[in-house]
Amino acid sequence: MSGLSISRRGLLAGVSALGASAALSACGAKTGDDTSSGTAAKADTSGSTVKVGLLNSLSGTMAISEVTVHNALLLAVKEINAVGGVLGKQLKPISQDGASDWPTFAEKAEGLITDDKVVATFGCWTSASRKAVKPVFERHKSLLFYPVQYEGLEQSPYIFYTGATTNQQIVPALDYLKKQGLTRLYLVGSDYVFPRTANKIIKAYADANGMKVVGEDYAPLGSTEFSTIVNKVKDSGADAVFNTLNGDSNVAFFKEYKSSGLTAKSMPVLSVSIAEEEVKSIGTQYLEGQLTAWNYYQTTPGAANTEFVKAYQAAYGKDKPTSDPMEAAYISVYLWKEMVEKAGSFDVAKVKAATDGIEFDAPEGKVTVDGATQHVYKTARIGKVGADGLIEEVWNSGKPIKPDPYLKGYAWASGLS
Amino acid sequence: MTVILNQSFTGISIGAVLLLIALGLTLTFGQMGVINMAHGEFIMAGAYTTYVLQQSISGAGVSLLVALPLAFLVAGSLGALLEWLLIRRLYTRPLDTLLVTWGVSLMLQQLARDIFGAPNVQTRAPDLLTGNISVGGITLANSRLFILGLALLCVLGLTLVLRLTPLGRRIRAVVQNRDLAEVSGIASEQVDRTTFFIGSGLAGVAGVALTLVGPIGPTTGTNYIVDAFLVVVVGGIGQLKGSVITAFVLGVLQAVLEYSTTISVAKVVVLVAIVAFLQWRPQGLYTLRTRSLA
Amino acid sequence: MTTTVTPTAPAPAQPSAPSVLTRLRVPGGFLLGAVLLLGVAPLVLPDFRLSLLAKYLCYAIVAVGVSLAWGRGGLMVLGQGVFFGLGGYAMAMHLKLADAAATGQTLPDFMQLYGTSDTLPWWWKPFGNPLFAIAMTVLLPMAVAAVLGFFVFRRRVKGAYFAILSQALAAALAIWLVGQQATTGGTNGLTDIQGFFGYDLNDPVNQRTVYVIIAAALLLVMALARQLFVSRFGELLVAVRDSEERVRFLGYNPANVKLVAYVVAAGMAGLAGALFVPAVGIISPALIGIVPSIGFVIGAAVGGRASLVGAVLGAIAVAWAQSTLSDAFPAAWTYLQGLLFVLAVGFLPGGLASLATVVRNRRTRPTGSGETA
Repeated sequence: MSGLSISRRGLLAGVSALGASAALSACGAKTGDDTSSGTAAKADTSGSTVKVGLLNSLSGTMAISEVTVHNALLLAVKEINAVGGVLGKQLKPISQDGASDWPTFAEKAEGLITDDKVVATFGCWTSASRKAVKPVFERHKSLLFYPVQYEGLEQSPYIFYTGATTNQQIVPALDYLKKQGLTRLYLVGSDYVFPRTANKIIKAYADANGMKVVGEDYAPLGSTEFSTIVNKVKDSGADAVFNTLNGDSNVAFFKEYKSSGLTAKSMPVLSVSIAEEEVKSIGTQYLEGQLTAWNYYQTTPGAANTEFVKAYQAAYGKDKPTSDPMEAAYISVYLWKEMVEKAGSFDVAKVKAATDGIEFDAPEGKVTVDGATQHVYKTARIGKVGADGLIEEVWNSGKPIKPDPYLKGYAWASGLS
Repeated sequence: MTVILNQSFTGISIGAVLLLIALGLTLTFGQMGVINMAHGEFIMAGAYTTYVLQQSISGAGVSLLVALPLAFLVAGSLGALLEWLLIRRLYTRPLDTLLVTWGVSLMLQQLARDIFGAPNVQTRAPDLLTGNISVGGITLANSRLFILGLALLCVLGLTLVLRLTPLGRRIRAVVQNRDLAEVSGIASEQVDRTTFFIGSGLAGVAGVALTLVGPIGPTTGTNYIVDAFLVVVVGGIGQLKGSVITAFVLGVLQAVLEYSTTISVAKVVVLVAIVAFLQWRPQGLYTLRTRSLA
Repeated sequence: MTTTVTPTAPAPAQPSAPSVLTRLRVPGGFLLGAVLLLGVAPLVLPDFRLSLLAKYLCYAIVAVGVSLAWGRGGLMVLGQGVFFGLGGYAMAMHLKLADAAATGQTLPDFMQLYGTSDTLPWWWKPFGNPLFAIAMTVLLPMAVAAVLGFFVFRRRVKGAYFAILSQALAAALAIWLVGQQATTGGTNGLTDIQGFFGYDLNDPVNQRTVYVIIAAALLLVMALARQLFVSRFGELLVAVRDSEERVRFLGYNPANVKLVAYVVAAGMAGLAGALFVPAVGIISPALIGIVPSIGFVIGAAVGGRASLVGAVLGAIAVAWAQSTLSDAFPAAWTYLQGLLFVLAVGFLPGGLASLATVVRNRRTRPTGSGETA
């Protein structure tokens, strides 16, 4: 049969080509070799504009949340350009769609750095997307500003974390619950890294503080069937629920919660992933009186926030709420601007050297960059969902809390990392 | 004891949701053999109908009641349109229908995103349906009772239509032997369209009910579509009772496993159990020979 | 269904009297492909574009399998994500262990962070051996496919059922992987892969080598598939697709024919998954569920499921369009993607590859590619 000889010939061609290429590439570095030379990103700062990368999911399941962050980033870029840009150069935002898919995030990050030659990138939401792009930014020695509260235990030299780490959100939330005498907790979360890590921290905290975790349940992301979990919660005799569910699951969970007769009075739910935008889609009918833990609310007082809310709603619609991740994204661009101006250069090494102590009068109040951890000092705020769908602050930490991603300053957390 | 009773009710209520979302498919997939992946989007259309209606009718209870027939019409019309535009050309290629309707479902999702925005929208449930009643120590959520009632009502209605009406007789005739039905003077194309209209309409009704328990957004349909198909596949095509039994069995199984293990494990076990079951009994619980899948 | 005996549009007619030109077409095309992939592309494309192409070629390898099982065998393989994932995880597990060993650790980084135990789970241990891991990338998917296929085809599970069953399996595997964060990395998957059998993946030169390996693998897989297409088995496979009953009456067992096609396709998907890992540096449950599994067949459907070259080019083109168009027009891309499904599958079942034939034979209406259903 003719096919046989055909493929033999083809195979030969393939193999010989492979052999040639292998010979060519024999000089590739081995693992462990020093590859620090030559791979650093060459950001293009030659023209009158510099490019900044915006890497968010504009499509897919995460688009719901990430589009708002994208909007906030664009707003900050526009405002900065209006007052003269950074080091006299206008910023040109390059938007890339991560499409709620982690490998896509890695691919787009690579494109932003090597193809567009951006000077810095802002974005990512889920921990999974951040973990996917982290090696890319480290390989090219390029900067990423990550604006969402996350599970800590990470400190990449090329990522700045402008959202809260655990000791700025979860630990203060536990402090608050303890103070209220709500010591028996039920943990409900989506099945991914943030809730699992958060709950590990909560359990360690509970052990050391005379609190008790009476139950722990995870639902697959996107799960919308919560009757069993709510039954378990109800029977558990817990004082409060610590909720780390994400996205759609919250809607189903709170509808079930109310239907089963549980209320904010009888057993409050403290959520760490429900911001103003989510309140709108779940419905105040189900959420009124429930607690949230963040560093910023649309109602946070201060001139900087009034300005921010006004500017955002002028740009994107009067009924559009602002939320914590949006604010953290918005300030990340400003913080980067301050860093660059202090360094007097877009050079990544110089910018990194200039970061410690950078301050910014943010909508959430004054924030300061901690150069050692590349996180930000932030004030923790506990809020209560009101009938109007906004969140009113009921407690705050008084002053910005020093970021501690590995919880080194907490004796009870010594076994965690 | 309370736990067992509570979980039994939970299982039944999960089963009721499964039944409601699968009911339309027992017609379009079970009777006609069409794998319509856009079925989930008809559920979504029903949910959005409720939302739109609440913008103009303020009473949550009234709007819910109006939404039920309206969603049936909206989703049914979408279904009939889809049947006329695409599916009727693909009756000989059921597997290709799967991919084509998957494409339609992508487009419908994006359409919803463009019209209503990417975030979920909220609907108000009537106060009556957010409460619960306690019977002998167990709590029955009113919303779940409503869904159970609605599901059973739909099953009853569908059974009556199929058994007693001339339309039902025509549908069954076409399903069992199209050629014979045609020579007997039945306009089979028209019957196909009507069947598809009813099947899709039932998805719309399911959508209205689901606003009581789940999120309403562009991806609402995708949350339910695979489960719905599994119910019909396990139940066996062409038989309503198979789907009814399967829905409740899967619901109770899910509830029991969720309580004793975790939700993830429960889901995996149920899926694997279904795969195993189908290897043992590929025709499902009950079977009826049909033209497309036989 | 049983009335369709005419050879369907996408099926290749064996040239009855091969002229010199047609005889040279296949080896010539193959050589051209080899020159383009192994010679031209590495020379003209910058690092980043080349690594994107490497990723697309991985999808193309899956498409070769899809073309075999679906295009020729009529098996709607909607669970290729499972096999792609198994291959990918097998490879990534080895690379993670090798990375850990290179820095003197016994556990991969994510286990140290999220793990519950200080020792490596027993099922991770054999993957420390490179040969075992490489073998598993292909053998594991094939074994799973063999077990599943053995029962499914023996019991004569109908096409529609098989499709839905495959989807259920894909969903189950994805959920399971997500749930086992301590040992599988959960939603994050296995990320931050630094080395590839001793070579540092951060070095662009090594990335290029990975590309060459992938391109060579694609050519090899295509040659294998072509071989199967023109063999006795290939003819039998098409016969099973078009009329299973007749094949059975002729004394063959259609179940075995289908099983072989399914298992080979699974092996190819596994190989693609394994090569995807060094190319992209990550494998995650997001690549396994229902949506990616459908994505794997759509490229083949657009290009032409029964045509090997059509399926491969289709897979590459769709992946390219996805990554280029979704930035500029995320909304419009979704519509376009949906429309592609509808037009390609609904109205051009032979895919773009059949366009020429369709135009040529405008008079004779093309029949659909048959279903085994």
